[in-house]
Amino acid sequence: MVLSISNVSHAYVRQKAIHNVSFDVPSGGVTMLLGPNGAGKTTLFSLIARLLALQHGRILIEGQSIETASAGEARKVGIVFQQPAIDLDLSVRQNLRYFGRLLGLASGERERRLQDELSRLGLADRAGEKVRVLNGGHRRRVEIARALMAKPSLLLLDEPTVGLDPATRRLLVNFLHSLAKEDRIGILWATHLVDEVWPEDQVIVLAKGKIAARGTPQQILAHSKRDHFGAAFEALTTGDEQ
Amino acid sequence: MTAGHALRALHGVLTRELLRFVQQRARFFAALVRPLIWLFVFAAGFRAALGFSIIAPYETYVPYEVYITPGLVAMIQLFNGMQSSLSMVYDREMGSMRVLLTSPLPRWYILFCKLLSSTLVSLLQVYCFLAITPLVGVKFPLAGYFAAAPALVLTGMLMGAIGLFLSSLIRQLENFAGVMNFVIFPMFFLSSALYPLWKMQESNDLLYYLCSLNPFTHAVELIRFGLYAKWNGQALGWVMLSLVVFSGLSVIGYDSRRGLIRRHTG
Repeated sequence: MVLSISNVSHAYVRQKAIHNVSFDVPSGGVTMLLGPNGAGKTTLFSLIARLLALQHGRILIEGQSIETASAGEARKVGIVFQQPAIDLDLSVRQNLRYFGRLLGLASGERERRLQDELSRLGLADRAGEKVRVLNGGHRRRVEIARALMAKPSLLLLDEPTVGLDPATRRLLVNFLHSLAKEDRIGILWATHLVDEVWPEDQVIVLAKGKIAARGTPQQILAHSKRDHFGAAFEALTTGDEQ
Repeated sequence: MTAGHALRALHGVLTRELLRFVQQRARFFAALVRPLIWLFVFAAGFRAALGFSIIAPYETYVPYEVYITPGLVAMIQLFNGMQSSLSMVYDREMGSMRVLLTSPLPRWYILFCKLLSSTLVSLLQVYCFLAITPLVGVKFPLAGYFAAAPALVLTGMLMGAIGLFLSSLIRQLENFAGVMNFVIFPMFFLSSALYPLWKMQESNDLLYYLCSLNPFTHAVELIRFGLYAKWNGQALGWVMLSLVVFSGLSVIGYDSRRGLIRRHTG
């Protein structure tokens, strides 16, 4: 397992955000963290990314606790945040180069990875353009290219398709599913859009900070006794299971 | 973190800050126009009203423009520090600060890189300003321009550290206006930037003590003495002490285990 989460709970000053959550993310596949807004997805991501301190439970990345791992271990995790996190006034290449330097990559390796990821994401001919002139879909691709420059074993995607048109969304969903298989990356993908789930994905349904269901889409659907996955998700997250 | 990694990361943060600075020309001109207005307009108006006795490091009476120039230099660095703080809050809201904070580097080192890059930008602004001041007759000994550089690095880092600390406390961009009212203006006016402290003491003892405790006063004096290639151990000590305190507070402020950053996420 590339990521193991055991009995994780987290509370903010006034409210509990995550309650006793446990699940694993295997390599070479996509684990969908499905939940409505406010379910606790971003909190969970912030805990894995070490933006928040772990209050209770254990998080292991490739068997190593995030609490004892050195800062360098963060290389194993690529993150695409829900909020765009690229510099609009810099070019695509400058943004990736900047991140490559933060990773500590020597110039030859940095340029090679940069070129590889730009080509893979179809951005090679836009490398010199300022991010500001790119559309939402291309900006997202830049963020994914940046996350992949670390050659991570775990990729965290926090609602990466929000605000994209359906065609671009479909392209990204296809690309990321192929990526997990081809590069043997474990992907943890937070979303509230059920049409992004593929039949072979592992699904964790999060509602009000707790796991409401887990399994393949087929298993969850069968258990819910609904006629389609969207209805099952709605019933699970609203508590209306009848 | 290896030395090579540390240097590459520092290079990355410095380059990014410089590229942003070069591309945001309005920021550059705003940074210059502000002190130039003080120098060309305010100083011209007040030179007749204010007279000074001879105080160190001056060896004779000096025009008011000469007196306030080190204060205006420090003002450039103060505003740059606050601008950097503003961009940290903006970056955090927009997400790019998260990229930095989740990079495989110790957090204290990330903050150090931010501090140094902000200081470098402030040095560019300061030397551009000092290249213009001879137009109103404000010149310093040639050695002073070089001797002031290390002082400017320290004071630039201090202003950056104060900005960093504030950015760890400010949750939303909208709250930044409050910083202007409650930090920048009191720091600037309660200092020796515009008037020597003995003049302040003549009018009010309490204000004089507040000015003496203000780190900005000592930053101004360190720059003033540096520009005349003179040593001021007291100012240096205060600046170093303040730098250590505010850098430490910033590291605490950005440490997720201690909690200041936790309030805005999730």
